[in-house]
Amino acid sequence: MSDLIRKDASELAGLVSSGEVSAVEVAQAHLDRIAAVDGAVHAFLHVDTKGALASAAAVDAKVKAGDKLSVLAGVPLGLKDILATNGLPTTCGSKVLDGWIPPYDATVVTKLREAGVVILGKTNMDEFAMGSSTEHSAFGPTHNPWDLERIPGGSGGGSSACVSSFEAPLAIGTDTGGSIRQPAAVTGSVGVKPTYGGVSRYGIVALASSLDQAGPCARNVLDTALLHSVIAGHDPMDSTSINAPVPDVIAAAKRADIKGMKVGIVKELGGEGYQAGVRSRFEESVALIESLGAEVVDVSCPSFPAALAAYYLILPSEASSNLAKFDGIRFGNRVGDDGTKSVEQVMSETRASGFGSEVIRRIILGTYALSAGYYDAYYGQAQKVRTLIKQDFDAAFAKVDVLISPTAPTTAFKIGEKLDDPLAMYLNDVATIPVNMAGLPGMSLPIGLAPEDNLPVGLQIIAPAMADDRLYNVGAAIERELLAKWGGPILGMAPELAGA
Amino acid sequence: MAEATMNYDEAISKFDPVLGLEVHVELGTNTKMFCGCSTVFGAPPNTQVCPVCLGLPGALPTLNKIGVESAIRIGLALNCQIAEWCRFARKNYFYPDMPKNFQTSQYDEPIAFEGYLDVEIDTDEGRKTFRVPIERAHMEEDTGKNSHVGGATGRIHGADYSLVDYNRAGIPLIEIVTKPITGTGKYAPEVAKAYVAALRDILRGLGVSDVKMEQGSLRCDVNLSLRETPESKLGTRSETKNVNSLRSVERAVRYEVTRHAARLAGGESIVQETRHWHEDTGISTSGRPKSDAEDYRYFPEPDLLPIAPSREWVEELRASLPENPAVRRARLVADWGLSEIDMNTVINSGALDLIVEAVDAGVDPAAARKWWTGELSRIANDRGIELEELPVTPAHLKRLEELISAGSLNDKLARQALEGVIAGEGDIDEIVKARGLAVVSDDGPLLAAIDEALAADPAVAETIKSGKLAAAGSVVGAVMKATRGQADAARVRELLFEKLGVSE
Ligand SMILES: [Zn+2]
Repeated sequence: MSDLIRKDASELAGLVSSGEVSAVEVAQAHLDRIAAVDGAVHAFLHVDTKGALASAAAVDAKVKAGDKLSVLAGVPLGLKDILATNGLPTTCGSKVLDGWIPPYDATVVTKLREAGVVILGKTNMDEFAMGSSTEHSAFGPTHNPWDLERIPGGSGGGSSACVSSFEAPLAIGTDTGGSIRQPAAVTGSVGVKPTYGGVSRYGIVALASSLDQAGPCARNVLDTALLHSVIAGHDPMDSTSINAPVPDVIAAAKRADIKGMKVGIVKELGGEGYQAGVRSRFEESVALIESLGAEVVDVSCPSFPAALAAYYLILPSEASSNLAKFDGIRFGNRVGDDGTKSVEQVMSETRASGFGSEVIRRIILGTYALSAGYYDAYYGQAQKVRTLIKQDFDAAFAKVDVLISPTAPTTAFKIGEKLDDPLAMYLNDVATIPVNMAGLPGMSLPIGLAPEDNLPVGLQIIAPAMADDRLYNVGAAIERELLAKWGGPILGMAPELAGA
Repeated sequence: MAEATMNYDEAISKFDPVLGLEVHVELGTNTKMFCGCSTVFGAPPNTQVCPVCLGLPGALPTLNKIGVESAIRIGLALNCQIAEWCRFARKNYFYPDMPKNFQTSQYDEPIAFEGYLDVEIDTDEGRKTFRVPIERAHMEEDTGKNSHVGGATGRIHGADYSLVDYNRAGIPLIEIVTKPITGTGKYAPEVAKAYVAALRDILRGLGVSDVKMEQGSLRCDVNLSLRETPESKLGTRSETKNVNSLRSVERAVRYEVTRHAARLAGGESIVQETRHWHEDTGISTSGRPKSDAEDYRYFPEPDLLPIAPSREWVEELRASLPENPAVRRARLVADWGLSEIDMNTVINSGALDLIVEAVDAGVDPAAARKWWTGELSRIANDRGIELEELPVTPAHLKRLEELISAGSLNDKLARQALEGVIAGEGDIDEIVKARGLAVVSDDGPLLAAIDEALAADPAVAETIKSGKLAAAGSVVGAVMKATRGQADAARVRELLFEKLGVSE
């Protein structure tokens, strides 16, 4: 197996732009890796060999012509299958979209293509991004490269797994309640949910419009920053996109200096219910942060315990409406149209057989919460909680520069372990959800393995809106110390995958 | 099947009608409400669509600012308050003509609210003003259009298959909803019609819509209920859809009054339902039952930002509003010295704006009115086109009038000159020259023609001399014919009487 697959994105971009290695060689090395290990990992739903090699060849042509290249030209990437890709299947992990080929690119995809990033294919996910384990994909689960019997997190398990199994140095995820950060945490990779509105949502199939945000996944902080800088920025096609300069995340990732910063530990996001090894690694990180010259203080966010309940009203409500369009009339898989049935019957059969149980559960929940007579008690009340959460964050950021917590309460659990217990599954996102509710940026950074199971633990860093650069500064500072301590990247400790 | 009805006068003597009108106006913006697709009517099916208005997964709406501006201007013209902050909301229901299976609309935060429109109608006591209270005007998007193929009725029931055209999906709509309109008594049908007509005039004056009811750019739903007395509480209402001409608005109200009355008098209750209006038979038939419990699960649209029109912008728009058509009408009646009947003729002919333009260009109001409601209306009518489509400009009419008052053209020659304009032969002077149109002002040829006419009919001279001056008409006619209409008829008459030694 080529050693190209173990290289960082920044390193690969340098090799390609200097002409030392061709982008086609880089793409082929990763396609070979996918062929070798993805049978076991199942990070990808579709691999676009032809398209990947063609866009790599286009980058090589630019190198030859001496054209100016972007910071990530020629670097391969896995794209979560929730982003519309012109000419390439987009299923959202659902049978209802089986066979649909979008006629347009999401804005993020356009930006990636323009930057010469080589899209290897579409990665697996919980159906319509509903889940924390990728077990809810209609096309089968993705396996955690650290232990193939365990989940890679969700909903973006395919994106985190392709990065941590060295199938791609970069991936795009989307994060509605933790779907980038929790998978990053349980696979030992880095993932960032940018400020809401920082990255265009145009072309990203909506789960919960007011919470969804696409973001970068990678194996280190600098690569994550490079990808962030490529996909971020104002988009007139997305009304909720912020029209302001993108924070300089690359400079922040290179700065890595937290001396004199104030870091807050969110009291409500830790302690009881968090695995012992998660807590001990988190406490080590706190000590490390202090040793780097930052001041660490405790911060209380009293509304956070209500966040999960409010989230599971807002998300299903918006989702029940967003997913109404999947009726088999204009696109996707149509079921039951045998010429004898009414349009209502066909729509109904399409939806009943096209959606999985978790999707149906949330559609019913949301439909109920929005119903006349219940709206105020559920949706209306949840919005009030959302306001309180924002106020808690505002108060906290009046005192500190960033907040920290464990990303997830546990390390990766076994496939099937929580599948029949939705509430237990929902609790995985208890620490990440408040960040989405307030539209803030958050990062998950690997901080070691839990001693009891030798599985990765993630640190969550939270910054105020449009201060995404702080995540990278803090993350890079911690990462530098940990790399020195470990003597290399954490993924070097992961077991070799069979077939590799 | 037609339901029982009661004679209208009897119905009105027993019950008090309460009206409600919901009007949907398609805005005349170049692009749709939430995407850049064209809104031109009549394009081949599904050619004016994109991921946004097709509701493809991942697509997001962006707001058409002209749509918002039009909504505010309509609100202001209807004396509404303009919201300082409002949002769109999703109206959720499944229907194949709705790409997203929700309509982006407004719910409890309309952009305009609490207005009124005064309308005038003729009553037994003369013209009377009714104030129609307006509850709200809100923005939303239109749906696509289903057509059902096969089957006898063209309805979905019994069709072989259905087709959907999404060209219309996403075209901006403003829905204008009245409060219950009370106190109209027997004039409910006239008030309803006058309201829709006044609304149409306002919208046309604002230039926000082409308000063509037959093309569906203005659609009206008529709500009606009856109650025992004006003091009783409101009765159950029916909602009659697709009432798509002014005449139908009046007829639909009248019909529903007679239908409700028959049911109530027979001890039956009114079903709250949607009804379909049939223009051909003049009746409504039951559609689907509708209850207040129909649940659209409205919630604020998370894909669009709230709208907060600045007060400066609103005031700017208010200041630039055109004159209210009713006020303008009253002003013109006074300025031009018209009777209400004359003004009705002008308005019904659709010539008001054209006459105003001509008058502004210096044409005498009476002359402008004569041309546009007379000869030009006739020509447009013959050709089956709108008056606006005639290539006649205020400058044409001005020059024509100048030539007439100088005596170089008469009425008949002026008509010929206009024909030339319509035939594209150039400006008035060019046509006059090319066609040789000029009143014969030299008496010589006229006297010769008079002699000729008298010779052809020897008895007529005696008849005239005996005092029957009306007989002069046939001589004048003959002279006009001989001079191909280029003679000044009055001068011919003068010369004839001179010659015969009679005086008028
Ligand atoms: Zn469109």
